[in-house]
Amino acid sequence: MILIAILLLPLIAAILCWIAAIGKRVAAPVTMVTCSILFALSVCVAFRVNVFGRVVAVPGWIEVDALGTLILLLVTVVGALACLYSLGYMPRMTHDRTLLYHYYGNLNLFIFSMLAVPVVVGPSVTWLAVEFTTLLSVLLVGFESSRDALEAAWKYAILTLTGASIALFGFLVLFWAMRQAGGDSYTWTGLQGIAPHMSPVLLKTAFLTILVGFGAKVGLVPLHTWLPDAHSQAPTPVCALLSGVETTAVLYVILRLMPIAHISLGNGAERWALIFGLLSVGVAAFLLIQVHDYKRLFAFSTVEHMGIILTAAGLGGAAAHYGAMYQILAHALTKSLCFFAAGAVLMATGTREIASVRGLMRTSPLAGSSLLLGGLAIAGAPPFAVFLGEFAILRAGINQGHYLAVALLAIFLVVAFFGILLHLNRMVLGQSDEKIAALPQIPLTCSLTLFASAIPVIVLGLYVPDSLHQLLVRAAAIIGG
Amino acid sequence: MPHGTQPDSILVQLNALAGGLFLLSTFGMVATRQVQGCLRFFIVQSIFLASSMLLLGLQPLSWHLIAVAVINLINKPIIIPWLLKKTVSEEVYARREIAQALNIPISLLVALALTIGAYYLAAPLLKVGAGLPALVNLPIGLATLLLGAYTLTVRREAVPQLLGLLSMENGAFFASIAIAPELHLFVELVIAFDVLIAVFVIGVLTRAIHEHIGTTDVGSLAALKEESSR
Repeated sequence: MILIAILLLPLIAAILCWIAAIGKRVAAPVTMVTCSILFALSVCVAFRVNVFGRVVAVPGWIEVDALGTLILLLVTVVGALACLYSLGYMPRMTHDRTLLYHYYGNLNLFIFSMLAVPVVVGPSVTWLAVEFTTLLSVLLVGFESSRDALEAAWKYAILTLTGASIALFGFLVLFWAMRQAGGDSYTWTGLQGIAPHMSPVLLKTAFLTILVGFGAKVGLVPLHTWLPDAHSQAPTPVCALLSGVETTAVLYVILRLMPIAHISLGNGAERWALIFGLLSVGVAAFLLIQVHDYKRLFAFSTVEHMGIILTAAGLGGAAAHYGAMYQILAHALTKSLCFFAAGAVLMATGTREIASVRGLMRTSPLAGSSLLLGGLAIAGAPPFAVFLGEFAILRAGINQGHYLAVALLAIFLVVAFFGILLHLNRMVLGQSDEKIAALPQIPLTCSLTLFASAIPVIVLGLYVPDSLHQLLVRAAAIIGG
Repeated sequence: MPHGTQPDSILVQLNALAGGLFLLSTFGMVATRQVQGCLRFFIVQSIFLASSMLLLGLQPLSWHLIAVAVINLINKPIIIPWLLKKTVSEEVYARREIAQALNIPISLLVALALTIGAYYLAAPLLKVGAGLPALVNLPIGLATLLLGAYTLTVRREAVPQLLGLLSMENGAFFASIAIAPELHLFVELVIAFDVLIAVFVIGVLTRAIHEHIGTTDVGSLAALKEESSR
């Protein structure tokens, strides 16, 4: 029941927002309340999953296990934070405030689609949910209706939908492979059971087409070109959702396939994951250095982190899988903090150019310190969560004997670390221009969001609650097959 | 498997004919110079998709496939063009010539190469042991998938790019009716709905681009790129 409530709530909220007469007044509070309830519900789901292993609403259609719960939890956390942030950010940054109810309506739908990805168990339905995450967020990306935003939205829509069409072919081949093997339950667990009897050729084709097709949506190099555009042009709260959890929710589907492919193909699936993962980390790390726009900086960092998680999944072994899960958690929370901080800088300075921002620490201490915190955390400085995740992955890789992959990963991580800090150092510290003394205040809800999202980033690096640790272990076991 | 059809069965031959015409209309989409023409070829393509579904649904009688055929027949040739006209302004259709990165003869050659490539890609899959219809449907579906992706990349106009996308989806389905005919009806229905949303969303986006930027030549939108521009 609880899962059905999770799916229905944002839909009801969206309908309320879209009815213009009421929506204009209640859109923002309704969305805020919905997101808070969703968060509470997903915490309930997490506790139940810790006890029972999985929560079932409609057998064979809507079920969730530990891996799905992790995604569910992250979507609702970042969703609630993004909504809180929107309350202060959107009225200030939008040129036409009367259209804000459209924004909240779309936001609810977008959150609905992301919640649907981890709770449906049929691969074909999962494909649909992923397709809807694109369709329901395109108009959010282009919400500002500026030339740049529309261009970004167009590229986003076309490239990710093309990828989805390729992935659709993969899912159909997967279905074929299952029928050939005599299976009749097209669910993730059903596939796992029948995988040893599947034709390797079909499974390999399915895996590769889905990896490439959804890889476009995750932002894996070389299909990442739309990502920095969309993730930098969208309104900031949407960026946090896109970068923090949407990419992860799609990567989740690829991770789901890994154990199934592993059973039949041996290490073939892992090899592909390693290649795409390392390529993404490497290319993103070097592209990071030459950005001129700080939102793009964080967008490239998303490409890098998706690569890290995929690499971890490709390294194989329980320790690396645990690292991947921890990294998913750390990245989603830290990246949303980064974008919230970037939004605060944008509100304070009005520019997205790194070169035009100097000495934030003095002119806008809150924006400056949160940007510094987020930047250090996402770059992988100790003692933050991302550092722990990266460290766990590297150590697991060495134990597995993947020396080359670990060496490459370590080099790329160092490059990315310096790339990010080089830019942020100038923005945050640096000498400020004297004339821009009085920067506009940051709205209260935005400051609150910054504090709220900073807490887990700091705490998780030092202490992981036992129940959360258990959830991560269970989720890692699912990727292990 | 339900496809124990005889090789000389008239239905199989008709299906092969539908497949050929389906591929031909895909080539038409590559070759045409007009937005309107591109849309017409898409409609024709969708009709052949539906007829192939119908033909394969008749032999071992499958109400499921027939239902899917009917959904497609209503959805693609009727609702989608209507929805496109509603969301995208008339001016977009009035544009006669579609700007294109490669000229038509070269495009056709590339399309031919992609089709041959699709047959090579499909060959190892077919060895697994598929029914007779798959011999026609899988390679042609795959070819359409590739051709759609190709159209997407060379066309610079918004609506033809969308049609390329839809034709990719058609290709995937053309393959699917032979390899995965028992896909749940609920899923097929939602996919049909999803295609409509895609047309609606991209239509709205196209209209916004047209209103705010004054062109639908989306290929010319290149302000956001790696940093050398500054």
